[in-house]
Amino acid sequence: MLSIKNLYANVDGKEILKGINLEIKAGEVHAIMGPNGSGKSTLANVLTGNKNYEVTNGNVLFEGRDLLDMDPETRAREGMFLAFQYPIEIPGISNATFLKTALNEIRKYNNLSELTSTEFLDRIKDKAKILGLDDTLISRAVNVGFSGGEKKRNEIFQMLMLEPKFVLLDETDSGLDIDALRIVSSGVNIYRNPNNAFLVVTHYQRLLNYIQPDYVHVLYKGKIIKSGGKELALELEEKGYDWIKSEELETEKV
Amino acid sequence: MDNMEHKSANEWYVSKFKVFEDKLNGQSKSFLHDIRKNALNNLVELSFPTNKNEEWKYTNVAPILKHNFLPAIISTLPKIKKEETKQFLFKNFDYHLVVFVNGLFAEELSEIGHLPKGVIVDGLNRIAKNNPGSIDKYINKLSKIDNAFNALNTAYSYDGLVVIVPEGIVLEKPIQVLYLNSSKNDLVLSLPRNLVVAGKNSQVSVIANYHSYGDKTYFSNIITEVYAEENAIVDLYKTQNENDESYHIEKVQAIQKKNSVFNHYNINFGGAIVRNDINTMHDGQNVETHYYGLYLAHGKQHVDNHTFIDHAKPNCMSNELYKGILDDNSRGVFNGKIIVRQDAQKTNAYQQNKTILLSKTATIDTKPQLEIFADDVKCSHGATVGHLDDTSEFYIRSRGVPQELAKSMLIRAFANDVIDTVKIEPLKEQINHMIFEHLHRVEVENK
Ligand SMILES: Nc1ncnc2c1ncn2[C@@H]1O[C@H](COP(=O)(O)OP(=O)(O)OP(=O)(O)O)[C@@H](O)[C@H]1O
Ligand SMILES: [Mg+2]
Repeated sequence: MLSIKNLYANVDGKEILKGINLEIKAGEVHAIMGPNGSGKSTLANVLTGNKNYEVTNGNVLFEGRDLLDMDPETRAREGMFLAFQYPIEIPGISNATFLKTALNEIRKYNNLSELTSTEFLDRIKDKAKILGLDDTLISRAVNVGFSGGEKKRNEIFQMLMLEPKFVLLDETDSGLDIDALRIVSSGVNIYRNPNNAFLVVTHYQRLLNYIQPDYVHVLYKGKIIKSGGKELALELEEKGYDWIKSEELETEKV
Repeated sequence: MDNMEHKSANEWYVSKFKVFEDKLNGQSKSFLHDIRKNALNNLVELSFPTNKNEEWKYTNVAPILKHNFLPAIISTLPKIKKEETKQFLFKNFDYHLVVFVNGLFAEELSEIGHLPKGVIVDGLNRIAKNNPGSIDKYINKLSKIDNAFNALNTAYSYDGLVVIVPEGIVLEKPIQVLYLNSSKNDLVLSLPRNLVVAGKNSQVSVIANYHSYGDKTYFSNIITEVYAEENAIVDLYKTQNENDESYHIEKVQAIQKKNSVFNHYNINFGGAIVRNDINTMHDGQNVETHYYGLYLAHGKQHVDNHTFIDHAKPNCMSNELYKGILDDNSRGVFNGKIIVRQDAQKTNAYQQNKTILLSKTATIDTKPQLEIFADDVKCSHGATVGHLDDTSEFYIRSRGVPQELAKSMLIRAFANDVIDTVKIEPLKEQINHMIFEHLHRVEVENK
């Protein structure tokens, strides 16, 4: 589904991603872990088309098509979705209006008819129930005055509403209490199916107990320096990153 | 050269006064006419402001002065059918409707409807004729003539809105005042002279809705005097949606007695050169003043808002929020003056001006002007100038929303805290609609 080859990217002229290679197939969940500042959010932003991040080398194919060539809205309509590490507040625009606008844009692009108000409301009710979202949160302005946890939950709500093919979760677990973590994870698991795929950025193994990954990658200074199965996350939780860093140093020497 | 030009503008307007007087047939012995004649002397002496005047530093009025406008009362009035006025009105709520065409009361277009006993909602000319005793203690008692623009308005003061709400009356429905202006026949000078008096413990809400009828140049030069007596609550909404060839100058002069509240909303869309002076004086304790402003400009529009709150008494508060959205080559000016006089201990005064520039060539000159002579006060002010936020735009686009619509959402988000203060829900929606219409942008419907 997503094929990243030799990807390099700059922010403010500084090289952050230094040759990322990653293959993600439909039905898979990949986790990316790595120390602060290693480039995890940068990768998420590059994949979704934030123009503050400049790709200097490499290419990305999304279902066989050149992803980097598309503007952010086209990527979204093609099925990319990023649950932001820091969701944005939009005063004066209700969550419902925002989602209806987005959903209809996506549907239009995919030659589907716009949803009627009833269809839309039914869908909102369905999805809100999965996440135990309060009605008032839906009529309120997007993320305005939402608690940290509510914002994260709202990102997953948007995911359920928009039904993307490829989902990037950027530290969706941070700021969630234990119950919310379980609810949000179950939202993801309900949505997970053989036709979609996930790239989950997290610092904590705890999330991966709920959302079980097929692969775990370690991103360090803009490169994936180790990949493994879900047991790698356990190992990282136990030992931190130092042991891989030294492994990496040794391979560099060789 | 400059001087010559301005002098000739004075001469032009002074020279037309005789024609105006002839038109008054018989009414030239009223209290109003004494005011006019004094103002005419001022018009001879006072010059129109130039950029050398600190208060007019950023606003060049020379383009207004180079035209010889004809005061509406001595020009030919356009014929406007009632049906045609509908498109300009705010709808979906009940109101008393007063319509002025070129600043002159249009009875046949108005629908004032039933009013509680003692309440006056009418045109100045009719009241001056029929019931001068109800207004002679108010007219021109607040507004001081300090430049040729207000001398001009006062010398030709003839018609305008008069609202008098006696003690204890709460006017349930707002008064919608449609000011339609048109230079269909002559190059028109529209000179509304407005008066709003809210008696003790009364409440009144006025929506001054300015529109053009046609797309020709004209000039509106307005004075509005507002009296808020003890415990009165006055909401004055102004929406100015005139054509981009028109000139618009208004001075609002308010006085507030103890425990009164004055809310002024200044929503500006149209006009080639626009200047608003909004002045309030506190004449009692526990007074509240709120100024909300939103100005949108595109093309070569120039919008200048000068606000002034005179904190003369203790324990009063004022809160001011002005926001601008400037596109193309438009220019904004904001000057927010607050004086806290020695007596005015325990004053709370807040002021904010925020501007978003949508193009590289739009500009804003913003200046807070705080003069504080009391020691136990809380005052704050802030001014920011910026662009639409990239990260927010990216967030919205990342959900599939196209860039132009994402920008519209952010504009709406920016204007929101001003619009949100509008108390009349349908009015709020319609103002939101006008924002998108004016910026020629895709609309976001909030449902
Ligand atoms: N918009 C930006 N402007 C300047 N520097 C940036 C920007 N975005 C990222 N960076 C820099 O790029 C580097 C990688 O940041 P990134 O956010 O991708 O890290 P991360 O792996 O997501 O870290 P964390 O775990 O703390 O979220 C950091 O040094 C960061 O300061
Ligand atoms: Mg990050």
